[in-house]
Amino acid sequence: MKLKLASLALAAGLAATTAHAEITVGVSLGITGPGASLGVHYRNAYQLVPKTLGGEPVRYIILDDASDPTNAAKNARKLVAEDKVDVLMGSNGVPSAVQMAQVAAEAKTPIMVLTPANLTPQVLHWSFIVPQTTELMMGAIAAQLKARGAKTVGYIGFSDTWGDLVYKALDSHAAASGYQIVTNERYARADTSVTGQVLRIISVNPDAVVVGGSGTGGALPHVALVERGYKKPIYHNHGTVNAEFIKVGGKAVAGAVAVTGPLIVPEELPDSFATRAVSLEFTKRYESTFGAGSRNAFAGYAYDGVLILNAAVPEALKKAKPGTAEFREALRAALENVRNVVGTHGVYNMNATNHNGLDERARVLVYVDGGSWRLMK
Amino acid sequence: MSADIALWLAQDGITNGAIYALLALALLLVFSVTRVIFVPQGEFISYAALSLALLQAGQLPGVVYVLVGGGLVAAAFDAAAAVRDRALRRLPTILAGYVLLPCAIAALAWWAAPRKVDLVWQVLLVIGLVVPLGPIVYRIAYQPLANASILVLFIASMAVHYALSGLGLVFFGGEGLRSASFSDARFKLGVIEASAQSLWVIFASVVVMLVLWVFFGRSLYGKALRATAVNRVGARLVGIRTELAGSLSFLLAAFIGTVSGILISPITTIYYDTGFLIGLKGFVGAILGGMASYPLAVAGAVVLGLLEAYASFWSSAFKETIVFAIIIPPLVWLSLRSRHVEEEEEE
Repeated sequence: MKLKLASLALAAGLAATTAHAEITVGVSLGITGPGASLGVHYRNAYQLVPKTLGGEPVRYIILDDASDPTNAAKNARKLVAEDKVDVLMGSNGVPSAVQMAQVAAEAKTPIMVLTPANLTPQVLHWSFIVPQTTELMMGAIAAQLKARGAKTVGYIGFSDTWGDLVYKALDSHAAASGYQIVTNERYARADTSVTGQVLRIISVNPDAVVVGGSGTGGALPHVALVERGYKKPIYHNHGTVNAEFIKVGGKAVAGAVAVTGPLIVPEELPDSFATRAVSLEFTKRYESTFGAGSRNAFAGYAYDGVLILNAAVPEALKKAKPGTAEFREALRAALENVRNVVGTHGVYNMNATNHNGLDERARVLVYVDGGSWRLMK
Repeated sequence: MSADIALWLAQDGITNGAIYALLALALLLVFSVTRVIFVPQGEFISYAALSLALLQAGQLPGVVYVLVGGGLVAAAFDAAAAVRDRALRRLPTILAGYVLLPCAIAALAWWAAPRKVDLVWQVLLVIGLVVPLGPIVYRIAYQPLANASILVLFIASMAVHYALSGLGLVFFGGEGLRSASFSDARFKLGVIEASAQSLWVIFASVVVMLVLWVFFGRSLYGKALRATAVNRVGARLVGIRTELAGSLSFLLAAFIGTVSGILISPITTIYYDTGFLIGLKGFVGAILGGMASYPLAVAGAVVLGLLEAYASFWSSAFKETIVFAIIIPPLVWLSLRSRHVEEEEEE
């Protein structure tokens, strides 16, 4: 009896070790908490990703960090130490993502970072940032401001890292585009009124206003500005573009202009647009699974992260087996050399100095018209 | 800052202050009668606001599941206590109050939601859906702990807050919602333009405060609540059941929270976790009133609203810091002024 049990256990153990070269991807997202509205979209994308990476089966471990950076770091440590993941992905808040990237660098595991983030060189060595940089996106807004001849620009944004990032990006283009940012108002995500901030902006009367919010939180200052009689253009950043923004803002946000990835308006892109086929297919699949009008930029980031991995894994598999430190290093090196991966947001070309890899093909300008986002021609 | 900007900000501050005043009253009421620091007060606001927005969109708000489920659990608790006390004739009333009433309201909501009835009926339906949650929460979470210390009750409050806010995320989703204004009219009062919605807020707040004042001063139940607030043991001695007092105070708190939620829902986007912060600011207002006096709590809350409005103009990045930092001076003053008395709990 004991011999039978022992041989059964041994067989099971042997079976486990001779298992396929399964790749393990550890994901931490803020599915609850303040970032829940974005986190849910990131998680939904994992239902649509391919079941294999580079021909090998892949297992995704998705954990919730409740939009708390400490939890994100804890999840990342658990994933690298206990589950021995080959690559990390996450999170959907900038502070959480930065924490995860630091853990990844310590554990010498590559990480696909799913929000724009500023990372130190040692951490960036292991981090690959999927979304467009805020500088790239605000560059499109800056070009619009220059085209309209705006000399003074008012800014109102979240009083956290995201508001800072958008402000810095807007500021970096100020000199070249000939405008000056005259107000730097901030508001909290949970605020119920921004009257004081909006009055301040109106008293200065800039030629345009840029809002550094995200999701439906970006609607609050826009609606308040319109209610107080501000008639000049109001621009938004790429974090604001989803259907709920229009629902919450109502008539007041008609005409709002924002920059975003091409997967929001794939039907209107010209046929020659590099990502049209991939963006259109993803948006169709996403909306047929999750409902019409549910398209958003965030699911695209997660999906693109997996597409980039799909391109890099075959190279890494040639050098090492998944689950080993050599594989993680080989995967890192392969990720650093991906060329022309067409994602839903843009075309990725990474190299040793550029761990983001996107260019102007990753942004389009959209505006609110008739209850949905339309491509600005 | 010119005079009309100052007036705009004052109008905004008073509108917000009216909501904070209602919440401060509710928190103070619950605290004085049951010694519970009712952190989940904010959840009633979120539930009411989101339910109204969903009803206006023609969807059934998920609160019905919380209501029916909570009612069943509370009925089970009460039924178990009745069986243990061999007082089976209590069972019909328990059944009627905790099971049939929530089910009837839920059925009404299920029937009325897709029909997009008039605003008045929608408001009444939201009140019917969210207000019974007050006594249900009291029965499930606080009545078993009625004699515990304030700290234990506070920890129970935090647990209830996380439970309700988690349920809010499940039933309402992570995105924010807004409902349509009661009326789009704008009135010119001198140099400022006041929207009808903010006038509604102030008007409704004043009416609720008057009703509470009359209730506490003139009605038997109101006096019973005041008696329990003054001395719980003495109230029990004269025949006021503490469970009744607790239930009633939670009912009133839920009513105030629901009314606040309905009032601010058209003004701002409410998320499933917005109510917590608003409730917290109401709590600051109550502290400014020394956690003892209702008129001072209302005054403190209005001052808080004004302070928040002006701080958001002068230094918007530090607005939250300023708003929460003004708890400190009154607390320091109160603790220096009163001599330290040991908590008078014998149990």
